[in-house]
Formats: sequence, C-alpha cells, structure tokens
Amino acid sequence: MSELEGLISPLYIFVLAAIVGFQVISKVPALLHTPLMATTNAISGISLVGSLVAAGSGHGVVTTVLGTVAVAAATVNVVGGFLITDRMLRMFKKKPDEKAAKPSVTAGGQP
Amino acid sequence: MTTSALVQLFYLAAALLFIASLKGLGRAATARRGLFMAEFGMLLAIVGTLLQQQIVSYEWILVGIVVGTAIGTPMGLYIPMTKMPERIALSHAFGGLAVGLVGVAEYLRLGSAINTMQIIAIGAEVLFGGLTLTGSLMAFGKLQGILPGRPVVYPLQNVTNLALLAASLALVGWLVANPSAHVVFYAVVGIGLLLGVLLVIPIGGADMPVVICLLNSYAGLAAAATGFAIDNNVLIICGALDGGSGLILSLMMSKAMNRSFVNVIFGAFGKVADTGPAGSASGPAPNVGSIEDAVEVMRAARTLIVVPGYGMAVSQAQHAVRELANVLAAGGCEVRYAIHPVAGRMPGHMNVLLAEANIPYELLYDLDQINDDFQATDVVLIVGANDVVNPAAKTNPKSPIYGMPVFHAELAKTAIVLKRSLNPGFAGIENDLFVKPNAMLVLGDAKRTLMAFTAELKGGGH
Repeated sequence: MSELEGLISPLYIFVLAAIVGFQVISKVPALLHTPLMATTNAISGISLVGSLVAAGSGHGVVTTVLGTVAVAAATVNVVGGFLITDRMLRMFKKKPDEKAAKPSVTAGGQP
Repeated sequence: MTTSALVQLFYLAAALLFIASLKGLGRAATARRGLFMAEFGMLLAIVGTLLQQQIVSYEWILVGIVVGTAIGTPMGLYIPMTKMPERIALSHAFGGLAVGLVGVAEYLRLGSAINTMQIIAIGAEVLFGGLTLTGSLMAFGKLQGILPGRPVVYPLQNVTNLALLAASLALVGWLVANPSAHVVFYAVVGIGLLLGVLLVIPIGGADMPVVICLLNSYAGLAAAATGFAIDNNVLIICGALDGGSGLILSLMMSKAMNRSFVNVIFGAFGKVADTGPAGSASGPAPNVGSIEDAVEVMRAARTLIVVPGYGMAVSQAQHAVRELANVLAAGGCEVRYAIHPVAGRMPGHMNVLLAEANIPYELLYDLDQINDDFQATDVVLIVGANDVVNPAAKTNPKSPIYGMPVFHAELAKTAIVLKRSLNPGFAGIENDLFVKPNAMLVLGDAKRTLMAFTAELKGGGH
C-alpha cells in the first residue's frame, strides 16, 4: 500500500483545483459558454507537456513516434483553440458607437 | 536553484494564469485579456518543459509542433461559426488521441520499473483517452451528418457498457499485479476505444450539446490521469479545470432541455413517442398575416424582443435580423434578444452566431434575465424557434417537453412567428402559441421575410 502514498499529494492538487475550477467556471455567463469551451479545449492542449517528454526523451523509436504524433495532436488544440477563441471574442462588441458607420461585410450567404 | 525547481515554478505560474484566464471569461469585457493570460500560461508551461533534462533531442518535437500548427491554424481561422460544435468535437478527439498516445508511450518507457500508482494512472489515462477519441469522432460524425443522427439502440445496451467498464477495471487490477502483461494493457486501450463508440451511439443528434460537454469532461479527466502518471502538477490542475468545466456545462444543458443527466446518458432520446393530445389539432386555426400586417404591428411597437432559433442560423438570417433591428431602433423601438440555452447546437452557440452578425452582446439576454419582461413587451419576434416558446412546456403535462424552461412569449402583446409552413416543427410537437389570438404567423423563408420587413419599414416609414 505504501506505493499508493504517492497518490495523496497529487490527489490534493486535483481536488483543490477542481473546487477552484467549479467556482470560477460557474460564474461564466451563458453568453461566453462557447468561448469557454474553446478555451478549455486549448488549455487541455497542456497534454503537450507530456507529449514533449515522450517525443524528446530518446527512449526508442516507438516512444518517439507516439510522442511526436501526440505533440502534433496537442499542438492542433493549442493553436487552433486559442485562434478560434480569439476570433470569437473579437466579435463580442459593445453597443455601436462609431462602429455603426461601418457596414457589415461579414459572412455572406445566399440571397 | 535547480532546473527542476525552476520548471516547477514555471508550471505554478502557468496554472495560476489558466485559473485567472477562466476568471477573465466571467465577463465579456475582460474575456480577451483572460485569453491572453491563458496563452502566456501555455507558453510558460511549454518553455518550462523544454528546459527539463529528460529532453535530449528536439528535432521530433519540432516536427510535431510544425505539423500540429499546420493543421491547427486553418482549424482556428477558417471554420465557420455555425460549425463550432463539430470543431469542438474534433478537437476533443485530438485531445483524446494525444493523451492516449502519451499513456502508451509512458507505459513502454517505464517498462518493469512502473509502480502501482503509475500503472493505475496510465490505465485510467488510456481508458479515458481512447473513450474521448472515439466518442468525439462519433459525436462529430453525428453532427456532420456522416452518421445517422437518430439514436441507435439494441438490447442490453447499458449492461454491455457497464460490463465493459467493469472488465477494464479488472484488467487494470491485473496490470497492477503483473505490469508487464502487454496484451492486457492493449486490451484496456481497446476497451476505451470501444466504449467511446458504444456510449455515444445511443444518443440522438438533439442531445449532442450535452455529449460534447461530457466529452470535454472526459478529456479533462484523461489529462489529469496523465498528470498522476508522470507526476506533473500542471497537467493535474488543467485536467481538473477542464473536467469541471465540461461537467458544469453538461449539467446546465441537461437542465435547459428538461432531461435528467442520467437520462441523456443512458436513455435514448425519442423513446417518449407518446406525445399525448397536443390540443391544437382540433383547436382554432392559426392567424396568418402578411408582411404588411406584421410591419404595421412592428411600426407601432416601442419594445421588441427577438427569439432566435437554430433555423435562423442555418439560413444565415442573423444579418437580416440585425438590419431589421437597426431600422426599428432608428425609429425609437427598443430591440433586445432572448437567447435560450438550447437555441444553438452547443452551450452559448447562438450568442456567438449573433455576435458574428455584429449584434452587440449587451442586447443578448439569458432566459432568467429577460423572461419577466415579456409581459411588458409590445412585440416578440420568433425567428426559427419553436420548442423554446411552446407554452405546453408549462401547461400540458402530457407534452414531451413539459417542465422544460421556456420563454413566456405568449404574454407579449403580439407574437410574430416566422415559419416556413404550417407543418409542425422539427420536433414534430404542436405549438399552442401559434394558435393564440395574439399570435401572427408570417409564412415563408425567414431571411426573405426579414428582408421584406426591413424594406417595407424603410419604404413606408419616415
């Protein structure tokens, strides 16, 4: 059982982070739920940290290949997630002041 | 200071920045600042990792990052906002893939030196990673229409899933006793992949918002398990944040759809076939109005609330909505928007679609924020929405949507409903609102109707 003692301190961190996360995230308004999901998606690209170690620690071909694919997949989430969140958040504008003068040229669609 | 202590400080700073960034997302005004914090946090975490002595070569890392950036950049820049749910599902799949592969790599790297905690954590990691990968691909397929959106059910479905889950736990137990049993390890990976398919296949297209949120949660748990396996706190913290976020959102969505969470997960939608007498079949005929009739009502209105539904987004009518709103606002009418949590295809989706059409976010109101205002509103304009304004949810216990929170649209002086035809909507549920005396149906394509309203208002106005 002594081997499992190593579990305790990470468990503390997990539980406390979950509580903080629950508090913070439950305050995010419905308005921003899609950007929230895109952001957590990008943040979940943190698995990049584990992938980097697998790809770069030189433990044989298989580990390196798996790690490299994992780095690519996690990078997709980091890069894509942050870019799309930024794209969304730039669209959330306040009431028009000078903006009203600018005609909308965004996404067309068929007449 | 040793390198590893320095790395840990980088991770601590990254974790704090991630939490601060989520806090920033609490308000639209601070959201972008929050995003920058998250980006900076990610940079710190990556730089910190690359400083580690474990990393001896960089060329394959570079290859991975270049390939990932090449795929991620167009996914971030060019995917249309209407396709956000599909995109999110797909990126959950990438997340699950990354975590699963790290799990396998870690298992191979540690070999016989693996300890009990590591094997349990890696087992959980590949199980959740595999499940997230295939589950997300299934969700993507259903959203994209590659797979049938309707629930696929077969006998003993839940029993099978639970048995597979129990089997995976037993296999992890076996691995604890005998860590070098590679076949057993790959069996756990296989069960994870299989479970992802089996868990999503019975869930109907209409319930995909809940599923996407849930997959977000699974992806988080998988990342946290990775953190346990490789003793990395920033992974544990991010996993917990992600898992918590997904869980909160899936509970919210279930509530907004009037489905219990358990019911969404274990019961296929569409089983509630007995719709009961909807009441309107033999009731009064709906009041159909012309463009001119509707414009006359709108011209007199001082307050108007738009209730958009997904149909509006599909026909790209949100720009036509904004143009109409501009003309009305110029005439002194207060225009606001009532956004139901399930108006889009994922949480907050409709808000993004309206924001894309340059509608200021301050005019977008939640169910709770605006629902008491309908009574004092002159006109409610319903564009492509149906269930979310159906009074049967409040009055008819036999209705399949009974108990679902809906807008009190029938309390407004006039309800103008844009509808393609007189047929019942997507869900096939009759809507009592449409036959109320204060409701006026304007038939035709929503976008064209809205453009005709705008033209008529401009033409006949001052």
